[in-house]
Amino acid sequence: MSVIINAEHISYSYPADEAERPVEALRDVSFSVAEGEFVAILGHNGCGKSTLAKILCMILQPGEGTLSIDGKDMTADDITEEDINQGRRKVGMVFQNPDNQLVATIVEEDVAFGPENLGYPPEKIRRRVDWALETVGMTKYARHATHRLSGGQKQRVAIAGAIAMHRKCIIFDESTAMLDPHGRKEVMDTITRLNREEGITVIHITHYMNEATMADRVLVMQKGGIIMEGKPAEVFSRTEELWAAGLDVPQTTELLWHVRRAGYDVALDIFDPEKCAAEIARALKGTAHGRDNT
Amino acid sequence: MKADIAFGQYYEGNSFLHKLDPRWKILFVIFYIVVIFLAKNVFAFALLILSAVFLILISQIRLRTILRGLRPLIFIISFTALINIFWLKGETLLIDWWIFHIYLEGLINALLIVVRVVILVVGTSILLTYTTTPIALTDGLERLLSPLAKIHLPVHEFSMMMTIALRFIPTLVEETEKIMNAQKARGADFSTGSLVHRAKALIPILIPLFISAFRRAEELATAMECRCYTGGEGRTRMNVLHSGWRDLAALLALCALCAGVILLNIFASGYTLAL
Repeated sequence: MSVIINAEHISYSYPADEAERPVEALRDVSFSVAEGEFVAILGHNGCGKSTLAKILCMILQPGEGTLSIDGKDMTADDITEEDINQGRRKVGMVFQNPDNQLVATIVEEDVAFGPENLGYPPEKIRRRVDWALETVGMTKYARHATHRLSGGQKQRVAIAGAIAMHRKCIIFDESTAMLDPHGRKEVMDTITRLNREEGITVIHITHYMNEATMADRVLVMQKGGIIMEGKPAEVFSRTEELWAAGLDVPQTTELLWHVRRAGYDVALDIFDPEKCAAEIARALKGTAHGRDNT
Repeated sequence: MKADIAFGQYYEGNSFLHKLDPRWKILFVIFYIVVIFLAKNVFAFALLILSAVFLILISQIRLRTILRGLRPLIFIISFTALINIFWLKGETLLIDWWIFHIYLEGLINALLIVVRVVILVVGTSILLTYTTTPIALTDGLERLLSPLAKIHLPVHEFSMMMTIALRFIPTLVEETEKIMNAQKARGADFSTGSLVHRAKALIPILIPLFISAFRRAEELATAMECRCYTGGEGRTRMNVLHSGWRDLAALLALCALCAGVILLNIFASGYTLAL
């Protein structure tokens, strides 16, 4: 698998605000994302995860370090406006607030905004828009007004707008944070489907632990750096470290951790409530059985 | 408050009017306004009323929606009507009491002016805003004005601004409501006291509204940049505008209406508008 995003030793500081000192947001961040991967980035508020997203979308230029998108170095000195636009055609972003990223008043016209910017002929834009709306399951709402949709639906339209440009990779910057549980599920289902069925690389920034469990790989950020990296099962098994970093673990893991501390032998990396219940039942029965024998 | 913003909103539909080319529609509206102001005779006004009813019927928009769009104009309509009733002098005195002298001519004149304003609003909103998506509208405007781009007027930027403004009206109205409710919950009072007092009470609404609007603008700009927006150059559109037989039919109908109004103005003998 080829590497779509490769970040090496990226640092970023926000410029000094009048008399104050510059604020360091990212410090020596290195990671890479392979094509087709689903990566979740976890972190506390202000840990630099949104700054990282903006750098990956080339909204901000990293102060130090190199970022390459699909093999092209975006931090090279001779980078042009055109190169950056080429990069943005490959990597898209869906933001937190659904209201602040929709440009048009009608769903399909908003989805068409990106392809229109690329200067495609009308028939091609039409095909892309129909495909994108179909993929996020919003075909029914193509002619609806955007402001009358629910939060989850608006986010799905924003996702359609991002994929209508046939992007290889989409970054979700806390795209589920402002939604109710129902909307969150809608959006998460759409994201996982994009990743599994359309093969689009997904970088999902979130502070919901159960969303991170759906990823192939989890990066945990703290104070501008990456402190943990690995499969969800590996990362969440380091429960105490996560707590020390001020982060939560999925509720199932927390429960299993308490069960383990009470002296039962259970695994921590189970995220499905049913399986978690089964695991605890197995552990409890096991000991009960053991007691009978003695 | 939300109900009051029917004016300036698009209603989905599939009528004859929805299918007209927005470029033509803009020209039709200008034409229609001219015709409305041409009408002087009561019979010409009757013809205008018929045309407005016809527009309402073919637009397939519910009458309730249209009436709701008129609600914000009640003040201005009644104001002009009252001025006409009390100030216009005529021949037939109806009421002569204290300082009030009301003439029959004043009443008719007031009625005609009210009809004119109502038709003006109903006609333009049905022709344009109710049956045209704001994007089609700004798109049409952009193309109508495109010759001006040759002399370096920012036509595309202007139409983009219009699109975004239209897009954010409902969002900001909703936000204003939220802020008002939040301030009310903290004991703010917007409905009593002197005018100055009430105006001052609006400041705590406007400041948060402006701050949030600026934040929204910044986020929207970032989002647009992420979607490869680099201005009007090299941009194409999904919906290509086509004019067809419908536009021709509408043009002919409008010409017929115009001719009818002019003929009635000249030949019909009825009350003629004084202003």
